[in-house]
Amino acid sequence: MTTMSLSKMFTRDEYDERSLPRRVFGGIGTLFFYAFLLLCAFLSVFPFIWSAILSTRTRSEIFSSELSLQLGNALFENYESLIDTLPFWNSMFNSIYVSGLGTVVSILFCSMGGYAFAVYQFRGKGAIFGTMVASMMVPPILGLIPYYMIIQYLGLLNTRLALWLPFTATPFAIFLVRQYVIASIPRELIESARIDGAGEFSIYFRIALPLMKPVLGTVAIVQFVFFWNNFLAPLIVTSSQDMYVVTLALRTVQGLPNTPWGAVMLGTTISIMPIVTFYLFASRQMIAGLTSGAVKG
Amino acid sequence: MSRSPSLGAIANVKNPQRKQRRSFNQISAKLAPYGFLTPFIVLFFVFSVFGFVFSLYLSFHQWNPVAGMASMRFVGFENYTFSLGEPDFYKSLYNTIWLGLASGLSQHLVAIPMAYLLVSLGSKFRHFMTSAFFLPFITSTVAVSLIFVNMYSANVGIINKAIVALVNLPVINWFMDWVNAFMPLRWLEDRTLIKPAIAILQFWKFVGFHLVIYISGILTLSKEVEEAAILDGANWRQRFWHVALPHLRPFIFFGVTLTIIGSLQMFEEPFIITNGTGGIGNSGLTISMFLYKVAWEWLDMGWASAMSWLLFLIIAAVTAVQFFVFGKKGLGEH
Repeated sequence: MTTMSLSKMFTRDEYDERSLPRRVFGGIGTLFFYAFLLLCAFLSVFPFIWSAILSTRTRSEIFSSELSLQLGNALFENYESLIDTLPFWNSMFNSIYVSGLGTVVSILFCSMGGYAFAVYQFRGKGAIFGTMVASMMVPPILGLIPYYMIIQYLGLLNTRLALWLPFTATPFAIFLVRQYVIASIPRELIESARIDGAGEFSIYFRIALPLMKPVLGTVAIVQFVFFWNNFLAPLIVTSSQDMYVVTLALRTVQGLPNTPWGAVMLGTTISIMPIVTFYLFASRQMIAGLTSGAVKG
Repeated sequence: MSRSPSLGAIANVKNPQRKQRRSFNQISAKLAPYGFLTPFIVLFFVFSVFGFVFSLYLSFHQWNPVAGMASMRFVGFENYTFSLGEPDFYKSLYNTIWLGLASGLSQHLVAIPMAYLLVSLGSKFRHFMTSAFFLPFITSTVAVSLIFVNMYSANVGIINKAIVALVNLPVINWFMDWVNAFMPLRWLEDRTLIKPAIAILQFWKFVGFHLVIYISGILTLSKEVEEAAILDGANWRQRFWHVALPHLRPFIFFGVTLTIIGSLQMFEEPFIITNGTGGIGNSGLTISMFLYKVAWEWLDMGWASAMSWLLFLIIAAVTAVQFFVFGKKGLGEH
């Protein structure tokens, strides 16, 4: 017993990490546990698979009482019905336009704001920063009616501008950038650039901005997902079909009699594709980005 | 040529052009932060600061946006008292709290033990599982709600079909046969089923998010603490209750706060699931949906503003209670 080293004792008997399910559920139980986990994972992604399957089926196949996961071969008919019922690609374009522009401008505005809070001392800094942090606790629903009325007052109802510009200087993202700049851009670097005679904007643009890439990636993910999935803002400020983003366009099919489910599911599947495709390649970054407020905060 | 470099430097400083440039740089360094913050300040003051003040002002007025600014009329606290006397307000409050409790509690009760078990499974498998659970969180609520509307459909939805297939399996059929009497379940047209239908959707959508938070929480637990507990002879049950759970306390506090704030404002899921109506007998109507109805269907912006402030007060009160009951201790330890 004395010859057995402590670490060996852990790795061999007690502290084998993988044996936890075995200890909790027993030998055969562990098998069931893994099966159960895989079932949960399957249920988690199933609705997306199901929506893709339905988008290939004919109406009668969708309405049959059989339980099967078979693909139909009505994909093309459903596509035709989709572009007949909805200005689908026009809404996709609006979504891409709003999300793309919104994300790019967010990166610019939030990096500028976060950089200013991190690097400079200036009159009113404490008050502005404090108000910003306090506003992060205010529930967004409180801003909904004023948002609508200001948009109306500015004559921006039913424009794409109203869907992206107001959301580009997010306190949360500015806060993230500030934290990042404080932690990882040395002040000496900025000072020495200043001594070399570089202007303030070029210090930000040429020196700081490239160093902010990691946090700006997070900002881009958070903002793009927000813009792409946004529904409430488009719902209240856009009224004509040619300005609809894809979430809003899909929702209008609910009002139709005899919902063409094949077409709707095809539209739904296409509409989630951009984000899901990106997720397949960069799931770690997306998970880290979208939980960044929670995990680091 | 004979000048020493130091003299040259002095001469240079005295050069008026250079001095001017320097003071220009100093001024620009003073103004630069305001320049960088201009977009934020403009947007923030227009949409947030002014917006909140205006919404407060509006909540004491009666106003129909279609009739123009001149039709605004001061009504005092009438909008507030009217909300508090409105049965639909309480109904939507009840529905919102019901949904928040049902889906919120189950999310955390599942995510915490699941995270504890997944941490012990090795990072590859764990990442595979978390990626699957997180997928619903990143996709648009409208898209997934539409898929669920189809899946909940009484006669052709896959959920009912799966239930029927399951209860009619050979062995299960012996004791689950009674379920058949209730089929098909009218998820979307039954006032007792609409809330569970929304709660299931929400659970499915958000459990992965909390799972990720709890996993990263457990991963911050140091190996030494875990090993010390093992040395002291603690079994896995004791280690879960007395080591992992207390360690997770600030994470639970944070996650629960997010759930409270989020679910009290719940809008999109019930809106799509009930097709914007609130469901039969308003049994799926949430406060945010009611607010939307008042503002954009009944065009009473003053009343809707008052309601948004009531909702704000409710959220603040619940969060404060949660903080004092649960948070202080949990946050104090870290």
